[in-house]
Amino acid sequence: MSENIQRMYKKRPKDWITKWSIFLTIVALIAISVPYVDYKGLTDYGQEIAKSIILGIIQPKLSLLFDFSSKEAVPYLLLETVCIAFLGTLVGSILALPFAFFSARNLVPAWLSAIVTFFITVVRTFPAFVYGLMFIRVTGPGPFTGALTLAVSGIGMTAKLYVETIEDLDKGILEALDASGCNTIQKIRYGIIPQLMSNFASTTIYRFEINVKNASILGLVGAGGIGYPLISAIGAFRWSDAGTLLFGLIVLVLIIEYLSGRLRKKLATGV
Amino acid sequence: MNKLKNALPAMIQGLKNAYFPEPLVLGNGKTVQPKRSVMVYILPILTIAVVFSANIIGFDIGVLIRRGAQFFVIVGRMIPPDWNYIPDVIGPLLETIMMSILGTMIGAFLSLPLAFLSSDNIIKNKAFLWTLRMIVSLFRTLPILIFAFILKYIFGIGTFAGTLAIALFTWLIMTKMLYEIIETVDMGPFEAIESSGASRVRAFTVSIIPQIIGQYISIALYNFEMNIRSAAILGYVGAGGIGLLLNEKLGWRQYDRVGLILFALLVTVYVIETISRYIRKRLS
Repeated sequence: MSENIQRMYKKRPKDWITKWSIFLTIVALIAISVPYVDYKGLTDYGQEIAKSIILGIIQPKLSLLFDFSSKEAVPYLLLETVCIAFLGTLVGSILALPFAFFSARNLVPAWLSAIVTFFITVVRTFPAFVYGLMFIRVTGPGPFTGALTLAVSGIGMTAKLYVETIEDLDKGILEALDASGCNTIQKIRYGIIPQLMSNFASTTIYRFEINVKNASILGLVGAGGIGYPLISAIGAFRWSDAGTLLFGLIVLVLIIEYLSGRLRKKLATGV
Repeated sequence: MNKLKNALPAMIQGLKNAYFPEPLVLGNGKTVQPKRSVMVYILPILTIAVVFSANIIGFDIGVLIRRGAQFFVIVGRMIPPDWNYIPDVIGPLLETIMMSILGTMIGAFLSLPLAFLSSDNIIKNKAFLWTLRMIVSLFRTLPILIFAFILKYIFGIGTFAGTLAIALFTWLIMTKMLYEIIETVDMGPFEAIESSGASRVRAFTVSIIPQIIGQYISIALYNFEMNIRSAAILGYVGAGGIGLLLNEKLGWRQYDRVGLILFALLVTVYVIETISRYIRKRLS
Protein backbone atom coordinates (compact mmCIF):
# COMPACT_ATOMS: atom_id res chain seq x y z
CA MET A 1 0.00 0.00 0.00
CA SER A 2 2.60 2.46 1.13
CA GLU A 3 4.75 1.47 -1.83
CA ASN A 4 1.89 2.33 -4.17
CA ILE A 5 1.57 5.72 -2.59
CA GLN A 6 5.31 6.30 -2.91
CA ARG A 7 5.23 5.32 -6.56
CA MET A 8 2.28 7.57 -7.38
CA TYR A 9 3.91 10.39 -5.43
CA LYS A 10 7.06 10.10 -7.56
CA LYS A 11 4.87 10.26 -10.67
CA ARG A 12 3.19 13.53 -9.60
CA PRO A 13 3.15 16.25 -12.27
CA LYS A 14 6.41 18.13 -12.48
CA ASP A 15 5.36 21.77 -12.53
CA TRP A 16 8.45 23.36 -11.03
CA ILE A 17 9.11 25.34 -14.22
CA THR A 18 5.71 27.05 -14.00
CA LYS A 19 6.10 27.62 -10.28
CA TRP A 20 9.56 29.11 -10.61
CA SER A 21 8.63 31.31 -13.55
CA ILE A 22 5.63 32.70 -11.66
CA PHE A 23 7.82 33.27 -8.61
CA LEU A 24 10.52 35.00 -10.65
CA THR A 25 7.96 37.18 -12.45
CA ILE A 26 6.56 38.34 -9.12
CA VAL A 27 10.03 39.07 -7.73
CA ALA A 28 10.95 40.96 -10.89
CA LEU A 29 7.74 43.02 -10.79
CA ILE A 30 8.36 43.94 -7.16
CA ALA A 31 11.96 44.82 -7.92
CA ILE A 32 11.07 47.22 -10.73
CA SER A 33 8.06 48.81 -9.06
CA VAL A 34 9.38 49.43 -5.54
CA PRO A 35 11.86 52.19 -6.54
CA TYR A 36 8.95 54.25 -7.83
CA VAL A 37 7.30 54.37 -4.43
CA ASP A 38 8.74 56.95 -2.10
CA TYR A 39 8.02 56.21 1.54
CA LYS A 40 8.69 59.25 3.66
CA GLY A 41 7.14 57.98 6.86
CA LEU A 42 4.05 59.31 8.55
CA THR A 43 3.37 63.01 8.48
CA ASP A 44 3.61 64.72 11.89
CA TYR A 45 -0.10 64.43 12.50
CA GLY A 46 -0.64 61.21 10.53
CA GLN A 47 -1.61 58.98 13.44
CA GLU A 48 -3.92 61.62 14.84
CA ILE A 49 -5.76 61.83 11.51
CA ALA A 50 -6.11 58.08 11.11
CA LYS A 51 -7.59 57.84 14.59
CA SER A 52 -9.99 60.76 14.09
CA ILE A 53 -11.36 59.42 10.81
CA ILE A 54 -12.09 55.98 12.26
CA LEU A 55 -13.65 57.55 15.37
CA GLY A 56 -15.74 59.81 13.10
CA ILE A 57 -17.13 56.83 11.18
CA ILE A 58 -17.85 54.86 14.34
CA GLN A 59 -19.47 57.83 16.11
CA PRO A 60 -21.14 59.93 13.41
CA LYS A 61 -22.40 63.38 14.33
CA LEU A 62 -26.12 62.76 14.64
CA SER A 63 -27.04 66.41 14.11
CA LEU A 64 -25.43 66.31 10.67
CA LEU A 65 -26.77 62.86 9.86
CA PHE A 66 -30.45 63.43 10.58
CA ASP A 67 -30.94 67.04 9.54
CA PHE A 68 -33.49 66.81 6.75
CA SER A 69 -33.96 70.53 6.15
CA SER A 70 -30.44 71.87 5.63
CA LYS A 71 -28.80 71.60 2.24
CA GLU A 72 -25.42 71.06 3.90
CA ALA A 73 -26.53 68.00 5.87
CA VAL A 74 -26.02 64.38 4.93
CA PRO A 75 -29.57 63.47 3.75
CA TYR A 76 -29.77 66.21 1.14
CA LEU A 77 -26.22 65.60 -0.10
CA LEU A 78 -26.93 61.91 -0.50
CA LEU A 79 -30.20 62.65 -2.27
CA GLU A 80 -28.35 64.95 -4.64
CA THR A 81 -25.72 62.27 -5.27
CA VAL A 82 -28.40 59.68 -6.07
CA CYS A 83 -30.23 62.12 -8.37
CA ILE A 84 -27.02 62.89 -10.28
CA ALA A 85 -26.34 59.19 -10.65
CA PHE A 86 -29.94 58.44 -11.66
CA LEU A 87 -30.21 61.05 -14.40
CA GLY A 88 -26.66 60.39 -15.56
CA THR A 89 -27.40 56.67 -15.86
CA LEU A 90 -30.72 57.18 -17.62
CA VAL A 91 -29.39 59.62 -20.21
CA GLY A 92 -26.20 57.59 -20.58
CA SER A 93 -28.05 54.36 -21.26
CA ILE A 94 -30.26 56.05 -23.85
CA LEU A 95 -27.17 57.56 -25.52
CA ALA A 96 -25.55 54.13 -25.48
CA LEU A 97 -28.39 52.50 -27.46
CA PRO A 98 -27.42 53.74 -30.95
CA PHE A 99 -23.75 52.95 -30.32
CA ALA A 100 -24.67 49.46 -29.19
CA PHE A 101 -26.87 48.73 -32.20
CA PHE A 102 -24.33 50.15 -34.65
CA SER A 103 -21.55 47.98 -33.28
CA ALA A 104 -23.46 44.70 -33.13
CA ARG A 105 -21.85 42.43 -35.67
CA ASN A 106 -25.08 40.57 -36.44
CA LEU A 107 -26.86 43.77 -37.49
CA VAL A 108 -24.41 46.04 -39.32
CA PRO A 109 -21.53 45.51 -41.80
CA ALA A 110 -18.15 44.61 -40.30
CA TRP A 111 -16.44 47.91 -41.12
CA LEU A 112 -19.10 49.99 -39.35
CA SER A 113 -19.03 47.66 -36.37
CA ALA A 114 -15.24 47.99 -36.16
CA ILE A 115 -15.37 51.81 -36.19
CA VAL A 116 -18.09 52.07 -33.54
CA THR A 117 -16.44 49.39 -31.37
CA PHE A 118 -13.19 51.37 -31.51
CA PHE A 119 -15.06 54.50 -30.43
CA ILE A 120 -16.69 52.64 -27.53
CA THR A 121 -13.27 51.34 -26.42
CA VAL A 122 -11.81 54.85 -26.45
CA VAL A 123 -14.71 56.30 -24.41
CA ARG A 124 -14.45 53.41 -21.94
CA THR A 125 -10.75 53.89 -21.29
CA PHE A 126 -10.97 57.11 -19.33
CA PRO A 127 -12.45 57.21 -15.84
CA ALA A 128 -15.53 59.39 -15.25
CA PHE A 129 -13.32 61.75 -13.29
CA VAL A 130 -11.39 62.76 -16.42
CA TYR A 131 -14.64 63.66 -18.17
CA GLY A 132 -15.62 65.60 -15.07
CA LEU A 133 -12.47 67.71 -15.33
CA MET A 134 -13.41 68.52 -18.92
CA PHE A 135 -17.11 69.14 -18.42
CA ILE A 136 -16.48 71.51 -15.54
CA ARG A 137 -14.99 73.80 -18.17
CA VAL A 138 -18.04 73.44 -20.36
CA THR A 139 -21.07 73.84 -18.12
CA GLY A 140 -19.45 75.20 -14.96
CA PRO A 141 -19.64 73.73 -11.45
CA GLY A 142 -22.84 72.18 -10.13
CA PRO A 143 -24.74 68.91 -10.00
CA PHE A 144 -25.97 69.34 -13.59
CA THR A 145 -22.37 68.98 -14.79
CA GLY A 146 -22.09 65.83 -12.69
CA ALA A 147 -25.07 64.23 -14.39
CA LEU A 148 -23.77 65.23 -17.81
CA THR A 149 -20.36 63.75 -17.04
CA LEU A 150 -21.85 60.45 -15.94
CA ALA A 151 -24.09 60.35 -19.01
CA VAL A 152 -21.17 60.71 -21.41
CA SER A 153 -18.64 58.59 -19.53
CA GLY A 154 -21.19 55.82 -19.11
CA ILE A 155 -21.70 55.33 -22.85
CA GLY A 156 -18.62 53.13 -23.17
CA MET A 157 -19.35 50.48 -20.59
CA THR A 158 -23.11 50.45 -21.08
CA ALA A 159 -22.83 50.12 -24.87
CA LYS A 160 -20.28 47.31 -24.51
CA LEU A 161 -22.59 45.30 -22.26
CA TYR A 162 -25.61 46.04 -24.46
CA VAL A 163 -23.74 44.76 -27.52
CA GLU A 164 -23.14 41.40 -25.86
CA THR A 165 -26.89 41.04 -25.36
CA ILE A 166 -27.73 42.16 -28.88
CA GLU A 167 -25.24 39.73 -30.40
CA ASP A 168 -26.97 36.91 -28.52
CA LEU A 169 -30.35 37.68 -30.14
CA ASP A 170 -32.22 34.56 -31.18
CA LYS A 171 -33.20 35.10 -34.80
CA GLY A 172 -35.49 32.08 -34.85
CA ILE A 173 -38.14 34.03 -32.96
CA LEU A 174 -38.08 36.75 -35.62
CA GLU A 175 -38.50 34.14 -38.35
CA ALA A 176 -41.43 32.65 -36.50
CA LEU A 177 -43.08 36.05 -36.19
CA ASP A 178 -42.39 36.65 -39.87
CA ALA A 179 -44.05 33.38 -40.74
CA SER A 180 -47.15 34.29 -38.74
CA GLY A 181 -47.43 37.53 -40.72
CA CYS A 182 -46.18 40.21 -38.32
CA ASN A 183 -45.03 43.57 -39.64
CA THR A 184 -41.73 45.21 -38.68
CA ILE A 185 -43.09 47.14 -35.70
CA GLN A 186 -44.78 44.04 -34.33
CA LYS A 187 -41.57 42.09 -34.84
CA ILE A 188 -39.64 44.65 -32.80
CA ARG A 189 -42.36 44.82 -30.14
CA TYR A 190 -42.88 41.06 -29.68
CA GLY A 191 -39.63 39.60 -31.03
CA ILE A 192 -36.77 41.92 -30.10
CA ILE A 193 -37.75 44.02 -27.08
CA PRO A 194 -38.71 41.07 -24.83
CA GLN A 195 -35.36 39.42 -25.59
CA LEU A 196 -33.30 42.50 -24.79
CA MET A 197 -35.29 44.15 -22.05
CA SER A 198 -34.22 42.21 -18.97
CA ASN A 199 -30.53 42.21 -19.84
CA PHE A 200 -30.62 45.90 -20.73
CA ALA A 201 -32.38 46.71 -17.48
CA SER A 202 -29.84 44.64 -15.59
CA THR A 203 -26.93 46.47 -17.25
CA THR A 204 -28.50 49.83 -16.53
CA ILE A 205 -29.04 49.01 -12.86
CA TYR A 206 -25.45 47.82 -12.60
CA ARG A 207 -24.27 51.05 -14.20
CA PHE A 208 -26.41 53.01 -11.73
CA GLU A 209 -24.63 51.28 -8.88
CA ILE A 210 -21.25 52.29 -10.34
CA ASN A 211 -22.48 55.81 -11.03
CA VAL A 212 -23.50 56.36 -7.41
CA LYS A 213 -19.86 55.69 -6.49
CA ASN A 214 -18.67 57.90 -9.35
CA ALA A 215 -21.05 60.70 -8.37
CA SER A 216 -19.59 60.70 -4.90
CA ILE A 217 -16.13 61.53 -6.20
CA LEU A 218 -17.17 63.95 -8.93
CA GLY A 219 -17.79 66.45 -6.16
CA LEU A 220 -14.01 66.76 -5.96
CA VAL A 221 -13.99 68.73 -9.18
CA GLY A 222 -17.07 70.66 -8.11
CA ALA A 223 -19.69 68.66 -9.95
CA GLY A 224 -22.14 68.39 -7.06
CA GLY A 225 -22.97 65.60 -4.66
CA ILE A 226 -21.38 64.58 -1.40
CA GLY A 227 -17.78 64.69 -2.68
CA TYR A 228 -17.09 68.37 -2.30
CA PRO A 229 -18.29 68.75 1.33
CA LEU A 230 -16.33 65.60 2.14
CA ILE A 231 -13.11 66.88 0.63
CA SER A 232 -13.44 70.30 2.21
CA ALA A 233 -14.15 68.73 5.60
CA ILE A 234 -10.99 66.63 5.30
CA GLY A 235 -9.01 69.58 3.95
CA ALA A 236 -10.12 71.77 6.88
CA PHE A 237 -9.32 69.01 9.40
CA ARG A 238 -12.98 68.79 10.49
CA TRP A 239 -12.59 65.08 11.09
CA SER A 240 -15.89 64.36 12.83
CA ASP A 241 -17.76 65.97 9.90
CA ALA A 242 -15.67 63.99 7.43
CA GLY A 243 -16.33 60.77 9.34
CA THR A 244 -20.07 61.50 9.37
CA LEU A 245 -20.16 62.17 5.63
CA LEU A 246 -18.19 58.98 4.99
CA PHE A 247 -20.61 57.06 7.19
CA GLY A 248 -23.54 58.39 5.16
CA LEU A 249 -21.83 57.50 1.91
CA ILE A 250 -21.02 53.97 3.08
CA VAL A 251 -24.61 53.34 4.15
CA LEU A 252 -25.96 54.70 0.86
CA VAL A 253 -23.63 52.58 -1.27
CA LEU A 254 -24.40 49.45 0.75
CA ILE A 255 -28.15 49.99 0.32
CA ILE A 256 -27.79 50.63 -3.41
CA GLU A 257 -25.54 47.59 -3.82
CA TYR A 258 -28.01 45.39 -1.99
CA LEU A 259 -31.04 46.61 -3.97
CA SER A 260 -29.17 46.41 -7.25
CA GLY A 261 -28.03 42.88 -6.48
CA ARG A 262 -31.57 41.78 -5.58
CA LEU A 263 -33.11 43.40 -8.66
CA ARG A 264 -30.51 42.01 -11.04
CA LYS A 265 -30.89 38.54 -9.59
CA LYS A 266 -34.62 38.83 -10.09
CA LEU A 267 -34.15 39.98 -13.67
CA ALA A 268 -31.75 37.12 -14.39
CA THR A 269 -33.64 34.25 -12.78
CA GLY A 270 -37.18 35.55 -12.33
CA VAL A 271 -37.25 34.94 -8.56
CA MET B 1 -58.74 64.88 -39.64
CA ASN B 2 -60.70 61.69 -39.37
CA LYS B 3 -57.51 59.88 -38.41
CA LEU B 4 -56.85 62.32 -35.57
CA LYS B 5 -60.41 61.90 -34.31
CA ASN B 6 -59.92 58.15 -34.13
CA ALA B 7 -56.48 58.44 -32.52
CA LEU B 8 -57.73 59.62 -29.12
CA PRO B 9 -60.21 56.81 -28.43
CA ALA B 10 -57.63 54.34 -29.72
CA MET B 11 -55.10 55.70 -27.23
CA ILE B 12 -57.60 55.53 -24.37
CA GLN B 13 -58.45 51.99 -25.41
CA GLY B 14 -54.72 51.16 -25.50
CA LEU B 15 -54.17 52.58 -22.02
CA LYS B 16 -57.19 50.76 -20.66
CA ASN B 17 -55.90 47.55 -22.20
CA ALA B 18 -52.51 48.05 -20.57
CA TYR B 19 -54.00 48.40 -17.09
CA PHE B 20 -57.00 46.05 -17.45
CA PRO B 21 -56.09 43.59 -20.19
CA GLU B 22 -59.16 41.98 -21.77
CA PRO B 23 -59.36 38.20 -21.86
CA LEU B 24 -58.37 36.63 -25.15
CA VAL B 25 -60.43 33.90 -26.78
CA LEU B 26 -58.26 31.19 -28.28
CA GLY B 27 -59.07 29.15 -31.38
CA ASN B 28 -60.22 26.17 -29.30
CA GLY B 29 -62.70 28.30 -27.39
CA LYS B 30 -60.63 28.70 -24.22
CA THR B 31 -60.35 32.19 -22.73
CA VAL B 32 -57.03 33.39 -21.39
CA GLN B 33 -56.51 36.35 -19.05
CA PRO B 34 -53.27 38.08 -20.12
CA LYS B 35 -51.04 39.36 -17.30
CA ARG B 36 -50.74 43.07 -16.67
CA SER B 37 -47.34 44.28 -17.89
CA VAL B 38 -44.95 45.56 -15.20
CA MET B 39 -44.25 48.50 -17.45
CA VAL B 40 -47.53 50.16 -16.37
CA TYR B 41 -45.99 50.58 -12.92
CA ILE B 42 -42.42 51.23 -13.94
CA LEU B 43 -43.05 53.99 -16.48
CA PRO B 44 -45.00 56.39 -14.22
CA ILE B 45 -42.52 55.86 -11.35
CA LEU B 46 -39.63 56.48 -13.71
CA THR B 47 -41.23 59.66 -15.04
CA ILE B 48 -41.79 61.04 -11.55
CA ALA B 49 -38.22 60.16 -10.58
CA VAL B 50 -36.84 61.91 -13.65
CA VAL B 51 -38.79 65.12 -13.01
CA PHE B 52 -37.88 65.05 -9.32
CA SER B 53 -34.14 64.55 -9.89
CA ALA B 54 -34.05 67.05 -12.74
CA ASN B 55 -35.39 69.58 -10.24
CA ILE B 56 -32.85 68.68 -7.60
CA ILE B 57 -29.81 68.90 -9.83
CA GLY B 58 -31.04 72.00 -11.67
CA PHE B 59 -31.29 70.43 -15.11
CA ASP B 60 -31.09 73.21 -17.65
CA ILE B 61 -31.39 72.35 -21.33
CA GLY B 62 -30.50 75.98 -22.17
CA VAL B 63 -26.99 75.61 -20.75
CA LEU B 64 -26.57 72.43 -22.71
CA ILE B 65 -27.61 74.08 -25.99
CA ARG B 66 -25.51 77.19 -25.43
CA ARG B 67 -22.41 75.51 -24.05
CA GLY B 68 -22.66 71.88 -25.18
CA ALA B 69 -20.65 72.47 -28.35
CA GLN B 70 -17.79 73.74 -26.17
CA PHE B 71 -17.03 70.14 -25.18
CA PHE B 72 -16.32 69.24 -28.78
CA VAL B 73 -14.25 72.41 -29.14
CA ILE B 74 -12.07 71.17 -26.28
CA VAL B 75 -11.85 67.69 -27.78
CA GLY B 76 -11.05 69.27 -31.17
CA ARG B 77 -8.18 71.23 -29.71
CA MET B 78 -6.66 68.04 -28.33
CA ILE B 79 -6.09 66.88 -31.90
CA PRO B 80 -3.33 66.75 -32.95
CA PRO B 81 -1.64 66.07 -29.61
CA ASP B 82 1.61 67.88 -28.79
CA TRP B 83 4.09 65.08 -29.57
CA ASN B 84 7.07 67.07 -28.25
CA TYR B 85 5.61 66.70 -24.79
CA ILE B 86 6.21 62.92 -24.71
CA PRO B 87 9.41 63.00 -22.58
CA ASP B 88 7.60 64.82 -19.76
CA VAL B 89 4.73 62.32 -19.76
CA ILE B 90 6.77 59.12 -19.57
CA GLY B 91 7.95 59.63 -15.97
CA PRO B 92 4.52 60.15 -14.38
CA LEU B 93 3.03 57.45 -16.61
CA LEU B 94 5.61 54.92 -15.39
CA GLU B 95 4.88 56.05 -11.85
CA THR B 96 1.18 55.35 -12.43
CA ILE B 97 1.89 51.89 -13.87
CA MET B 98 4.30 50.94 -11.09
CA MET B 99 1.90 52.16 -8.41
CA SER B 100 -0.80 49.93 -9.87
CA ILE B 101 1.52 46.91 -10.20
CA LEU B 102 2.78 47.08 -6.64
CA GLY B 103 -0.59 48.06 -5.16
CA THR B 104 -2.39 45.24 -6.94
CA MET B 105 0.21 42.68 -5.91
CA ILE B 106 0.09 43.67 -2.25
CA GLY B 107 -3.70 43.73 -2.27
CA ALA B 108 -3.94 40.40 -4.08
CA PHE B 109 -1.48 38.77 -1.70
CA LEU B 110 -3.27 40.00 1.43
CA SER B 111 -6.69 39.04 0.10
CA LEU B 112 -5.91 35.32 0.27
CA PRO B 113 -5.79 35.01 4.09
CA LEU B 114 -8.72 37.41 4.54
CA ALA B 115 -10.83 35.50 2.02
CA PHE B 116 -9.92 32.29 3.87
CA LEU B 117 -11.27 33.83 7.06
CA SER B 118 -14.51 35.00 5.42
CA SER B 119 -15.60 31.90 3.51
CA ASP B 120 -18.57 30.17 5.07
CA ASN B 121 -17.45 26.70 4.03
CA ILE B 122 -14.22 27.00 6.02
CA ILE B 123 -15.07 29.18 8.99
CA LYS B 124 -18.08 27.78 10.79
CA ASN B 125 -18.44 30.54 13.39
CA LYS B 126 -21.30 32.63 11.95
CA ALA B 127 -20.86 35.62 14.26
CA PHE B 128 -17.16 35.95 13.44
CA LEU B 129 -17.86 35.49 9.73
CA TRP B 130 -20.51 38.17 9.49
CA THR B 131 -18.61 40.70 11.58
CA LEU B 132 -15.58 40.28 9.36
CA ARG B 133 -17.63 40.52 6.18
CA MET B 134 -19.40 43.58 7.47
CA ILE B 135 -16.11 45.35 8.19
CA VAL B 136 -14.74 44.40 4.76
CA SER B 137 -17.81 45.68 2.92
CA LEU B 138 -17.95 48.86 5.01
CA PHE B 139 -14.60 49.96 3.68
CA ARG B 140 -14.97 48.35 0.27
CA THR B 141 -17.72 50.79 -0.66
CA LEU B 142 -15.45 53.82 -0.44
CA PRO B 143 -14.14 55.06 -3.79
CA ILE B 144 -10.39 54.67 -4.27
CA LEU B 145 -9.96 58.42 -4.68
CA ILE B 146 -11.25 59.04 -1.17
CA PHE B 147 -8.87 56.41 0.21
CA ALA B 148 -6.03 58.22 -1.52
CA PHE B 149 -7.20 61.60 -0.30
CA ILE B 150 -7.24 60.48 3.34
CA LEU B 151 -3.97 58.54 3.05
CA LYS B 152 -2.30 61.60 1.59
CA TYR B 153 -2.87 63.38 4.89
CA ILE B 154 -1.48 60.44 6.83
CA PHE B 155 1.58 59.62 4.70
CA GLY B 156 2.19 62.87 2.88
CA ILE B 157 1.96 63.74 -0.80
CA GLY B 158 3.49 61.23 -3.17
CA THR B 159 3.31 57.77 -4.68
CA PHE B 160 3.28 55.94 -1.35
CA ALA B 161 -0.21 57.18 -0.49
CA GLY B 162 -1.39 56.22 -3.98
CA THR B 163 0.13 52.74 -3.84
CA LEU B 164 -1.35 52.15 -0.42
CA ALA B 165 -4.78 53.34 -1.60
CA ILE B 166 -4.64 50.91 -4.53
CA ALA B 167 -3.41 48.10 -2.26
CA LEU B 168 -6.18 48.68 0.29
CA PHE B 169 -8.89 48.94 -2.34
CA THR B 170 -7.68 45.82 -4.18
CA TRP B 171 -7.34 43.92 -0.92
CA LEU B 172 -10.95 44.57 0.07
CA ILE B 173 -12.55 44.03 -3.32
CA MET B 174 -10.51 40.90 -4.08
CA THR B 175 -11.37 39.44 -0.69
CA LYS B 176 -15.04 39.62 -1.65
CA MET B 177 -14.49 38.19 -5.14
CA LEU B 178 -12.28 35.45 -3.72
CA TYR B 179 -14.55 34.23 -0.94
CA GLU B 180 -17.37 33.99 -3.45
CA ILE B 181 -15.12 31.69 -5.49
CA ILE B 182 -13.92 29.70 -2.47
CA GLU B 183 -17.51 29.02 -1.47
CA THR B 184 -18.12 27.20 -4.76
CA VAL B 185 -15.11 24.85 -4.66
CA ASP B 186 -15.24 21.10 -4.22
CA MET B 187 -14.83 20.50 -0.47
CA GLY B 188 -13.99 16.78 -0.84
CA PRO B 189 -10.18 17.14 -0.89
CA PHE B 190 -10.32 19.65 1.98
CA GLU B 191 -12.28 17.26 4.19
CA ALA B 192 -10.06 14.33 3.23
CA ILE B 193 -6.91 16.17 4.16
CA GLU B 194 -8.40 17.61 7.33
CA SER B 195 -9.53 14.15 8.45
CA SER B 196 -6.00 12.85 7.95
CA GLY B 197 -4.97 15.19 10.75
CA ALA B 198 -3.86 18.32 8.91
CA SER B 199 -4.73 21.76 10.25
CA ARG B 200 -7.33 23.91 8.51
CA VAL B 201 -4.72 26.29 7.09
CA ARG B 202 -2.64 23.40 5.80
CA ALA B 203 -5.70 21.77 4.26
CA PHE B 204 -6.62 25.07 2.67
CA THR B 205 -3.23 25.60 1.08
CA VAL B 206 -2.94 22.12 -0.39
CA SER B 207 -6.55 21.41 -1.36
CA ILE B 208 -8.34 24.68 -2.04
CA ILE B 209 -5.62 26.96 -3.38
CA PRO B 210 -4.82 24.61 -6.31
CA GLN B 211 -8.52 24.70 -7.22
CA ILE B 212 -8.79 28.47 -7.20
CA ILE B 213 -5.33 29.55 -8.30
CA GLY B 214 -6.37 30.10 -11.94
CA GLN B 215 -9.36 32.22 -11.02
CA TYR B 216 -7.27 33.98 -8.38
CA ILE B 217 -4.69 35.13 -10.92
CA SER B 218 -7.49 36.00 -13.31
CA ILE B 219 -9.28 38.31 -10.85
CA ALA B 220 -5.95 39.81 -9.82
CA LEU B 221 -5.28 40.73 -13.43
CA TYR B 222 -8.81 42.07 -13.81
CA ASN B 223 -8.27 44.26 -10.76
CA PHE B 224 -4.97 45.39 -12.21
CA GLU B 225 -6.79 46.52 -15.37
CA MET B 226 -9.24 48.54 -13.29
CA ASN B 227 -6.52 49.91 -11.04
CA ILE B 228 -4.49 51.31 -13.89
CA ARG B 229 -7.49 53.41 -14.86
CA SER B 230 -8.17 54.67 -11.39
CA ALA B 231 -4.47 55.22 -10.68
CA ALA B 232 -4.49 57.69 -13.54
CA ILE B 233 -6.66 60.05 -11.52
CA LEU B 234 -5.03 59.59 -8.11
CA GLY B 235 -2.53 62.32 -8.93
CA TYR B 236 -5.38 64.80 -8.77
CA VAL B 237 -5.47 64.54 -4.99
CA GLY B 238 -1.66 64.48 -4.76
CA ALA B 239 -1.18 60.72 -4.58
CA GLY B 240 1.34 60.42 -7.42
CA GLY B 241 1.13 59.51 -11.07
CA ILE B 242 -0.15 61.15 -14.20
CA GLY B 243 -3.32 62.68 -12.75
CA LEU B 244 -1.57 65.77 -11.43
CA LEU B 245 -0.21 66.55 -14.86
CA LEU B 246 -3.62 66.07 -16.40
CA ASN B 247 -5.30 68.48 -14.04
CA GLU B 248 -2.54 71.05 -14.46
CA LYS B 249 -2.64 71.02 -18.26
CA LEU B 250 -6.44 71.20 -18.26
CA GLY B 251 -6.24 74.17 -15.90
CA TRP B 252 -3.77 75.93 -18.16
CA ARG B 253 -5.91 75.13 -21.19
CA GLN B 254 -2.99 73.43 -22.95
CA TYR B 255 -5.39 71.05 -24.63
CA ASP B 256 -2.87 69.66 -27.11
CA ARG B 257 -0.84 68.41 -24.14
CA VAL B 258 -3.99 67.06 -22.49
CA GLY B 259 -4.58 65.24 -25.77
CA LEU B 260 -1.15 63.64 -25.53
CA ILE B 261 -1.66 62.59 -21.90
CA LEU B 262 -5.01 61.00 -22.77
CA PHE B 263 -3.45 59.32 -25.79
CA ALA B 264 -0.61 57.92 -23.67
CA LEU B 265 -3.18 56.65 -21.19
CA LEU B 266 -5.21 55.08 -23.97
CA VAL B 267 -2.20 53.21 -25.34
CA THR B 268 -1.13 52.04 -21.88
CA VAL B 269 -4.58 50.78 -20.95
CA TYR B 270 -4.97 49.10 -24.33
CA VAL B 271 -1.62 47.29 -24.11
CA ILE B 272 -2.21 46.18 -20.52
CA GLU B 273 -5.75 45.02 -21.27
CA THR B 274 -4.61 43.04 -24.29
CA ILE B 275 -1.86 41.27 -22.31
CA SER B 276 -4.16 40.66 -19.37
CA ARG B 277 -6.99 39.32 -21.58
CA TYR B 278 -4.52 36.99 -23.28
CA ILE B 279 -3.29 35.58 -19.98
CA ARG B 280 -6.81 35.30 -18.59
CA LYS B 281 -7.97 33.42 -21.67
CA ARG B 282 -5.05 31.01 -21.32
CA LEU B 283 -5.93 30.49 -17.66
CA SER B 284 -9.56 29.57 -18.21
